[in-house]
Amino acid sequence: MNAVKEEEIGVLLNDMLECYGYDFTDYSLASMQRRINRLFSMDRFPSFAEFRYRVRNDPAYIQHFVEEITVNVTEMFRDPSFYLALRKQVLPMLATYPFIRIWHAGCSTGEEVYSMAILLQEANLLHKSVIYATDINTAVLEKARKGIFPIANMQQYSQNYIASGGQHDFSAYYSAKYDYAKFNESLCRKVIFAPHNLVTDGSFNEFQLIICRNVLIYFNKDLQDKVLKLFSESLEQLGYLGLGSKETLKFTAEVHKFRQIDKREKIWRKVSI
Amino acid sequence: MMNPLSLVVIGGSAGSLEVLLQMLPGLDVPLAVAIIIVLHRKSYADSVLIDLFSSRTRLLVKEVEEKDLLQPGTIYLAPPDYHLLLESNGSLSLDYSEKINFSRPSIDVTFSSAARLYGPRLLAILLSGANADGVLGLHHVHKMGGMVAVQDPNSAEVRYMPQQAVEQGGVDKILQVKEIAPFINKFAAVTR
Repeated sequence: MNAVKEEEIGVLLNDMLECYGYDFTDYSLASMQRRINRLFSMDRFPSFAEFRYRVRNDPAYIQHFVEEITVNVTEMFRDPSFYLALRKQVLPMLATYPFIRIWHAGCSTGEEVYSMAILLQEANLLHKSVIYATDINTAVLEKARKGIFPIANMQQYSQNYIASGGQHDFSAYYSAKYDYAKFNESLCRKVIFAPHNLVTDGSFNEFQLIICRNVLIYFNKDLQDKVLKLFSESLEQLGYLGLGSKETLKFTAEVHKFRQIDKREKIWRKVSI
Repeated sequence: MMNPLSLVVIGGSAGSLEVLLQMLPGLDVPLAVAIIIVLHRKSYADSVLIDLFSSRTRLLVKEVEEKDLLQPGTIYLAPPDYHLLLESNGSLSLDYSEKINFSRPSIDVTFSSAARLYGPRLLAILLSGANADGVLGLHHVHKMGGMVAVQDPNSAEVRYMPQQAVEQGGVDKILQVKEIAPFINKFAAVTR
């Protein structure tokens, strides 16, 4: 069930750091072990030694390795009540700024970035906004940039959209072709897709809203604290931080700087420096 | 390294909610083990289930938040739409990766993760359900020396899931609904 053992995971992660500068050593071990074992059997390595040899000696394999061990499952308007809270409680405040800067960290294939762009468009704010959508994984960013998603998901996304307070015809945001839906390019005219590694890269701007959903769940406590500090430093005073539905600032070093805007939603406001 | 705490993991799908509601009042209070429940269920209205379970037992029932530390005498419910994994330091991790057996949470994922860390200090129970999620996990529990029990397929509302486990082999005990709580109590008493 676990062809690659816990100690061997440590060896591989050290190799990744030493040879390529990718630091996964502070990721949660249980999930990492599952992902690496999945990759090991998917790529049919006969032994750990051969797996390790490939990782150390084939830079072309590393792209694939990073793509497969990071989780890139997402959906549009995931947890619709989160987006409803953004519409009702956050966007009206952001509207008072002349220029809105948003950072979507760990955006994966972009479904939630397009969701955000739709929200901004409907609030008539997209023209004065810019969304920096970043991920460690350049292959998913390429997909995000294209904005092409399976048509089979659209029924679910449309339901999510309505539950998030959307009142328009969701299908007007994309054009369907064969099995895919391509989202209108006008939605991402204000989006900058760029690689960024939360573990090793620093702050690059000040934002009024940072969205980072279901990324911290893969990090250990120390790394969570480090990344939350980065977010805190990258937020303007009274800026907002939106996390995934099971993530929390509770028990973290940064919690005292933030106030949760609504008990039921994972959105915090930075109230002190 | 094995965790010093003993653990009970329960997996269920269609027809298992009623079984859990009947089982909960029979659990000893306090209880020397932690219990994790993984249910296939809809994404919404999660707190309803916590309230419902809490009304049947004086043990603490909580929906897992990531990094929660396992405590004895506490019942942890896997949140909808995340896989639930166990860490070697006794904490719980959530994972939003691909569905397994069309399921997230997947019972196999949690059972296998627990088997690896808890070995013989683990009791895994598979209840009523309509797919085979959990069967492979039970196999891992058995292989690592844990105790494997299933609800009697004949009394299950949907027999497929426990039946698959029985056919696979390695099941230590087949339980009637009213036997589940006493079986957990006994496991807690002997492995403490």
